Amino acid sequence: MKPATFRYHAPATLTDALTLLSEYGDDAKVLAGGQSLVPILAMRLSRFDHLVDVNRVDGLAGITRENGHLVVRAGTRQRALERDESVAAHVPLLARAAPLIAHFQIRNRGTVGGSLAHADPASELPAVALALGAEFDIASERGTRRADAATFFESLWTTTLEPDELLVGARFPVWSGRSGFGIREVARRHGDFAIAGAACALAADDDGRLARAAIALFGVASTPWRAADAEAALTGAIATDVDAMEVAAAAVRGLDPTDDVHASGAARLAIAQHVVSLALSDALAEVRDAR
Amino acid sequence: MHDDDIAVTMNVNGERRRARVEARLTLADFLREECALTGTHLGCEHGVCGACTVLLDGDAVRSCLVFAVQAEGARVTTVEGLGGPDGALSPVQDALRAEHGLQCGFCTPGFVVSITALLAENPNPNDQEVREALSGNICRCTGYQGIVKAVQRAVSS
Repeated sequence: MKPATFRYHAPATLTDALTLLSEYGDDAKVLAGGQSLVPILAMRLSRFDHLVDVNRVDGLAGITRENGHLVVRAGTRQRALERDESVAAHVPLLARAAPLIAHFQIRNRGTVGGSLAHADPASELPAVALALGAEFDIASERGTRRADAATFFESLWTTTLEPDELLVGARFPVWSGRSGFGIREVARRHGDFAIAGAACALAADDDGRLARAAIALFGVASTPWRAADAEAALTGAIATDVDAMEVAAAAVRGLDPTDDVHASGAARLAIAQHVVSLALSDALAEVRDAR
Repeated sequence: MHDDDIAVTMNVNGERRRARVEARLTLADFLREECALTGTHLGCEHGVCGACTVLLDGDAVRSCLVFAVQAEGARVTTVEGLGGPDGALSPVQDALRAEHGLQCGFCTPGFVVSITALLAENPNPNDQEVREALSGNICRCTGYQGIVKAVQRAVSS
């Protein structure tokens, strides 16, 4: 359970980090919080000649408000999502997702950018980003680009990030006005990866009619998964008229989760439907209570 | 020793520690092998069991998931740094003993550090909060009841 040897780099600036990633390409891996990468290295599931530790890169952590978005810099610890009042005030779904991520000892170290770039399909942050319509700021020596959460996650542990690119921040839209949010998951133990989970965001007009609805599931496919049919059924409905069970059934239609040691595909599907109904009910209740 | 070894300096339990280490050496192995602080135990070595939990700049982390070189300039507290200088037990350690919160003791250092971190942030946690905070530490002996009681005892002591 010891990692193979590697060359360690700890750049102090973004420019230096990008130079290293450009120079070493596929032979290098970014080391952020290390809470997924170090186990992978320890079990020798993967090895890299170079690790580029971004923990000392100046300006890579922090949370700021910017033009209707909450910008979370990639190196921000997951624990900060629980502690930062602006997260709870402006992107409550993110604040509520944070305590579900692993254990507090992991969140003290794990980063927001690391979780998004690692793209484990059972993890919370990719699903939250997908539900809210977040965008990602990505840098390389070639320049910068902005990616939509909707197209960023390609497959299991795979995103559109190129080897020379670094995720530097995530822009979470602030859903203002009358809105409601919910996130629920089922795991064997608190802190384990979810067998299935669902994040839900709703925005309503003054009459309680749903103007916007998002449901993202995690743990049920090779990427976080948007329940487009269920969202369409919700949009335009009066919040108080929604039958959460019915929408949940529609949300998982078409999903075909695989069997694994934790649950059969069929069990996972039933759990997914259950957590959608719970997350949606939470969000609906909040919309109803919102003034 | 290898040519690629990297010099690292950190403060461990109030003492300055300096060594040249391989980049792949974990903080846990650094503490055990370079500092001879074998109170930090290694169970799984991949971040699941919690036995190697230490405080890194005050925050509880798994020392098997941090490379020693990453702790350059940091302040590390291990279980050895939590008791009194004369070897006296900390209130958390004392409560674990009183409530039979350990049997074989292998996981105990990790629990002591996690509980200490929990109470530093939340001095009066409810049962649910205690169980959640300790869900990342695995004990195969006690069934956890004594551990949870120990936290409540430490709170009221």
